[in-house]
Amino acid sequence: MEWKHKHLLTIEQLSKEDIEYILETAVSFKEISVRSVKKVPTLRGKTIVNFFCEPSTRTRMSFELAAKRLSADMLNVVSSSSSLSKGESLKDTARNIEAMKVDMIIIRHSMPGSAQLLADCVSCSVINAGDGPHEHPTQGLLDAYTIKEKKGRIQGLKVLIVGDIAHSRVARSNIWTLKKLGADVTVVGPSTLIPAEIEKMGVNVSYYLDEEIPKADVINILRIQRERQDRNFFPTLREYIQLFGVSEARLKNAKKDLLIMHPGPANRGVEIDPAVADGPYSVILDQVTNGIAVRMAVLYLVSSVGSSKKVKMKS
Amino acid sequence: MTCLIKNVTVVDPKNKIHGTMDVLVKDGKIADVKKGLQTDGDVVEGKGRVLVPGLVDMHVHLREPGCEGAETIDSGCRAAAKGGFTGVACMPNTTPPIDSAGTVRYILEKAKSSACRVFPVGTISKERAGKELAPFGELIENGVYGFTDDGSGVMDSGLMRRALEYSKMFNKALMPHEEDELLSAHGAMHEGGVSTRLGIPGIPRAAEECMMERDIRLVKCFGGRLHITHVSTKGGVEIIRQAKAEGLPVTGESAPHYWTLFDKDVNFNTNFKMYPPLRTPEDGEAIIEGLKDGTLDAIVTDHAPHAEANKDVEYNVAAFGIIGLETSLGLVLTTLYHKKILDLEAIIERMSYGPCRILGVENQGIAKGADAHLTLIDLEKEWIVKKEEIVSKSKNSPFIGWSLKGQVVGTMVNGIWTYQINDD
Ligand SMILES: [Zn+2]
Repeated sequence: MEWKHKHLLTIEQLSKEDIEYILETAVSFKEISVRSVKKVPTLRGKTIVNFFCEPSTRTRMSFELAAKRLSADMLNVVSSSSSLSKGESLKDTARNIEAMKVDMIIIRHSMPGSAQLLADCVSCSVINAGDGPHEHPTQGLLDAYTIKEKKGRIQGLKVLIVGDIAHSRVARSNIWTLKKLGADVTVVGPSTLIPAEIEKMGVNVSYYLDEEIPKADVINILRIQRERQDRNFFPTLREYIQLFGVSEARLKNAKKDLLIMHPGPANRGVEIDPAVADGPYSVILDQVTNGIAVRMAVLYLVSSVGSSKKVKMKS
Repeated sequence: MTCLIKNVTVVDPKNKIHGTMDVLVKDGKIADVKKGLQTDGDVVEGKGRVLVPGLVDMHVHLREPGCEGAETIDSGCRAAAKGGFTGVACMPNTTPPIDSAGTVRYILEKAKSSACRVFPVGTISKERAGKELAPFGELIENGVYGFTDDGSGVMDSGLMRRALEYSKMFNKALMPHEEDELLSAHGAMHEGGVSTRLGIPGIPRAAEECMMERDIRLVKCFGGRLHITHVSTKGGVEIIRQAKAEGLPVTGESAPHYWTLFDKDVNFNTNFKMYPPLRTPEDGEAIIEGLKDGTLDAIVTDHAPHAEANKDVEYNVAAFGIIGLETSLGLVLTTLYHKKILDLEAIIERMSYGPCRILGVENQGIAKGADAHLTLIDLEKEWIVKKEEIVSKSKNSPFIGWSLKGQVVGTMVNGIWTYQINDD
């Protein structure tokens, strides 16, 4: 097939075939990551900007490594969301970056729709590295990649996404990716953090983690932000842990080949027990490794359209 | 000045007219309404057109004083005239707000030379701060037609009680902006499946419905007259219907965007952001039902101009509100009249008599001796809403590009044409 997306803004806009194509492409890039010489000349001469308006070490590093392994030049622009609280300056900054003749902007921003806004005002490619609670497409993709790598398939698997669904871009991008690939997705969390009408995204809703665990093939545990407590989403962190913290004891009826995932950074002892994070089911570090391969695939595919040169991949 | 509108279809439910005749206007008054009239003055051929009592929009933000970059009394009134309006009630969330005699007088002075009548609405609270009662008596003496803290809900129930009680002496309506700000907190669109999908914080229906129920309860207990502004939900329509069934002095309004656009249309486009937010088609159906059965007394625009700088930003931080004066009648005719949901009589009721009654503005319609406030309409004319043709200083309309059927061809205020379409 031929890749035709100039930007990667959401998983919602991708077809099943697009997603599968990215995952296939990532397989060959993962091979590069385990070589002793980890660099290929694929994007030599391209300039990519990491435009991060929200603190994030992991995603920024992952994109940076992905770009460098493809021999692209990478510039980090880190700006606090507070100095960019008005979109005018987001647009201004973006146009300034673009005037430096870059080929691609990777944006992380606290506002939903900001990646789209950027894509509408610049002529280079834009990759969404997380826009508020909206989407985080490469996270959805790397989670799917990891599941597929471990399980050999996604179709028909029962996946739980546990925690603060309402404020999670990881949840949304995972839901789109997994639903498009045929998984059965259930979101689990306090009723205050399950957003309105989420069933319309094709997921099941449960408030009872213990009932869901034995049926699950995959549990993706979301980071819980302590600040939510201050806005009465739950009364205490202690009660949250009692109801939704994933502990060893809770996993006693789990399937033997269960996968435990977490997008990081984990609050150990809160949403996930250290023994679970480091335990036999955990693929958390595989997610980190795979993140680079998936992002290499995304940079490669997107840049092929950005430069209006068509790429044909063996598939 | 004399003007004869010939062979026009006059529609006026109050004066029980629906037929072709001539209307003679002289010195600001309607001199006669019958067939076969003659004049030495101007003649406007009205064949194939409909003449109705001048439309009045009772919910408009003219932005002056304080935000003249977005709109002025002059530009807003020209936009109103183009939309067929002969009068607008202007909301008091200006800078300074309409909470003193001086500001009322300033607006009325400016309005003297404008293209339509302006009916200022005063604040409920001083500085629109929601703490202390505004000087209703002084404001009325200087010419306000009602009270609202529009743009903000009155969170203090004790203040709302006193405002209702105090307003009884003046028989003016309170027109609160129904919003429990603790329920709508940080919300930027309707809370539902679409806000969930987009990750935009939601504004639940309860944010307005809870406040409506509170205010209706307060009217029941303490008196006063209540006009519920910009109803957007099915529940809201039902709440007003119930209040009316109980015989309470409660009226309601809604705006065309609440039955023509829905949350699914938002898609991060800031011209689809307003308070209350666009809801769902089911809510839209209920609003149409409310307009049909008279639960909703008025169709308004909530015309809310914003400079591009406040809209050309991320959705969550964009200003709330859209302009509407120039598209309102076209939308009503396209979506209600031509679809045979409301007849012209009902539309005139909701866009002329209803608003006047609530504001306490005399409206004698198209009758001999009445003030000549008239709107001339071509019901069949098809046109496209074009950004470059918008008269308002701000262009924040979600309807740009829409094709509408039914257009204003002339607007007359006190016997003077304030707008006339250039005939080909
Ligand atoms: Zn309002």
